[in-house]
Amino acid sequence: MTKHLDRTEIGLLIALPILILVAFALPKWIVNYVHVSMGTGLVALGVMIQMRAGLVSFGQGLYFCVGGYAAGMMAKFLGITDFFVLLASGIVAALVLSGVLGFLLRRYREIFYAMLTLAVSMILFGLLSSTEELGSTDGFNLPTPSYLGWSPEGETSRLTLYTLTCFIAIGCAIALNRFLKSPIGYVNEAIRENELRVEYLGTSARQAIHITYTLAAAVSAIGGVLWALPLGHVDPEMTNWTTSGQFVFVSILSGTGNIVAPLIGTFILEIVRVYAVEISPNTWQMILGTVMLLTIIFLPKGLWSLLAKKKKLDTSASQNAPAAGE
Amino acid sequence: MLTATAIAVDGLGFAAWLFLSSVGLTLIYGVMRILNIAHGGFYALGAYSSAWAIGIYTATGSTVALTFLLIPLAALVAGAIAGLIVERGVLRFMYGRDEVLMVLVTYAVFLILEDVTKLIWGTQSYVAWQPAFYFGTVEILDIPYTVYKFIIIGTAMAVGLALFLVLNKTRVGKLLLVVIEDREISGALGINVTLFFTATFVVGAILGALGGAITAPEISVSPGIGAEIIVLSFAVIVIGGMGSIGGAMIGALIVGFARAASVHLYPPAELFSIYLVMAAVLAVKPYGLFALAESRKI
Repeated sequence: MTKHLDRTEIGLLIALPILILVAFALPKWIVNYVHVSMGTGLVALGVMIQMRAGLVSFGQGLYFCVGGYAAGMMAKFLGITDFFVLLASGIVAALVLSGVLGFLLRRYREIFYAMLTLAVSMILFGLLSSTEELGSTDGFNLPTPSYLGWSPEGETSRLTLYTLTCFIAIGCAIALNRFLKSPIGYVNEAIRENELRVEYLGTSARQAIHITYTLAAAVSAIGGVLWALPLGHVDPEMTNWTTSGQFVFVSILSGTGNIVAPLIGTFILEIVRVYAVEISPNTWQMILGTVMLLTIIFLPKGLWSLLAKKKKLDTSASQNAPAAGE
Repeated sequence: MLTATAIAVDGLGFAAWLFLSSVGLTLIYGVMRILNIAHGGFYALGAYSSAWAIGIYTATGSTVALTFLLIPLAALVAGAIAGLIVERGVLRFMYGRDEVLMVLVTYAVFLILEDVTKLIWGTQSYVAWQPAFYFGTVEILDIPYTVYKFIIIGTAMAVGLALFLVLNKTRVGKLLLVVIEDREISGALGINVTLFFTATFVVGAILGALGGAITAPEISVSPGIGAEIIVLSFAVIVIGGMGSIGGAMIGALIVGFARAASVHLYPPAELFSIYLVMAAVLAVKPYGLFALAESRKI
């Protein structure tokens, strides 16, 4: 079976038990950061697969928020607390919304794509901020999830949720890795290089982008649910464009060379943020901006390109990776 | 009737504010093909420096009338300094790169500017209401409006007219149109393209700062205003067609009236009515109302 898996997938499968064991070995606060950054990491993955097609989504927070709110509303209004139902409702909501919006967005490229995804996410931001039933700008709380009728409490609940999150996050990463190597994954790279020729070759660029957009939306919604459940809270800030900007930041910083890069990048960012905010709260964004500028100028293919160069393995991976925004 | 008048006047007020805040963005995009997210940072810098300057000045107890000189002065200083530093320090190394990359670069600059304002002025809010009430209010059909609102509307029209005249009636404007048409050829003809770029960017930054500075007396200046204005002004310029000054004016009017209408008829819709209008316009005209047709390049 292993011969069907590539290096990245084997690495992810090896990482899975380690990730789960970490929950028992490391202090609780680090585990919490790992847990939360798996959720946001999936959204960064959503940004990254679109970047492979040369499209920068400045509104990926939309689906992050849709996932979280869909799960939250199921719990709030229907009283459902089952983890799998909540997850499914997040995915379905994102699929429906992105399926419809995709018809509009697939017509746009470059800055228009970036800015329209941003605008769409801000519509939701405006909508949620003024909806009293959903707590306006404060958002609302989510219950502790149950699992197919089993409702653990306290520490067991936390560990169950963590373990499931690990499985789902790794599963999504492997699925997306497969997607990048699928025909549509390669069509996306061709679109980035030259869209007109893709059309001459008889493939619909718009369709490929539509599919990629919907997939990115579904993954981001999963991320939203997985992020909201451990925190037990959702608010409109999830879809504000500054949140989406951070996902773009992670994708730029870590690069699009490998599916693992955004996941690790998100975790590092979360940890750095904890210390940076503590030491000097008013320079956090400045640090982000400076690092982003330096990355764009000196490492256009992200930090992952350093790793890929050093190991000199699978040269195609680093060559295929697009530089930021190209 | 009362509501209609209120919508008309408020809509015009919003439109003037939106035009002032977004015309710099569309100017920079039109000339340099840079969608400048840092524009929100310039707006915030303008608002803070104006509110701060007014605060210090009025604390001396002198006549408030002079604050009307202080507002454009604050915008000029803040915009010129920030614009020059950003253009000379960062952007000039990036010319000719991809448009999306420039969005990311200016986003990074925006993040830095956000914290620069926090470091200079702290995180507390500034209130500088004195100029807004200096001329008192006028009543239109029993609804009181500050005269200051009409000063903003007048300023917006003056700025729009000035830009139109400079671009179409002066030698500099003609040269700029040549630079927009073709950078390389105009460089070969002996036009100093770099100078035009720097000047355009600085003027754009000053206009952004002016938008903030002139709004400062009407609002409470606090962190986050830059992030708000950038999405609004994007909606404005994309409705009109990016890079078109006239388009920005029409876009500002559409967005301004849409917002005023929802404020008076159905307040909860205020925030998203703007984007709804934008989505509606783009569904019909994908690149805005006044966008020039561009041929597809192989």
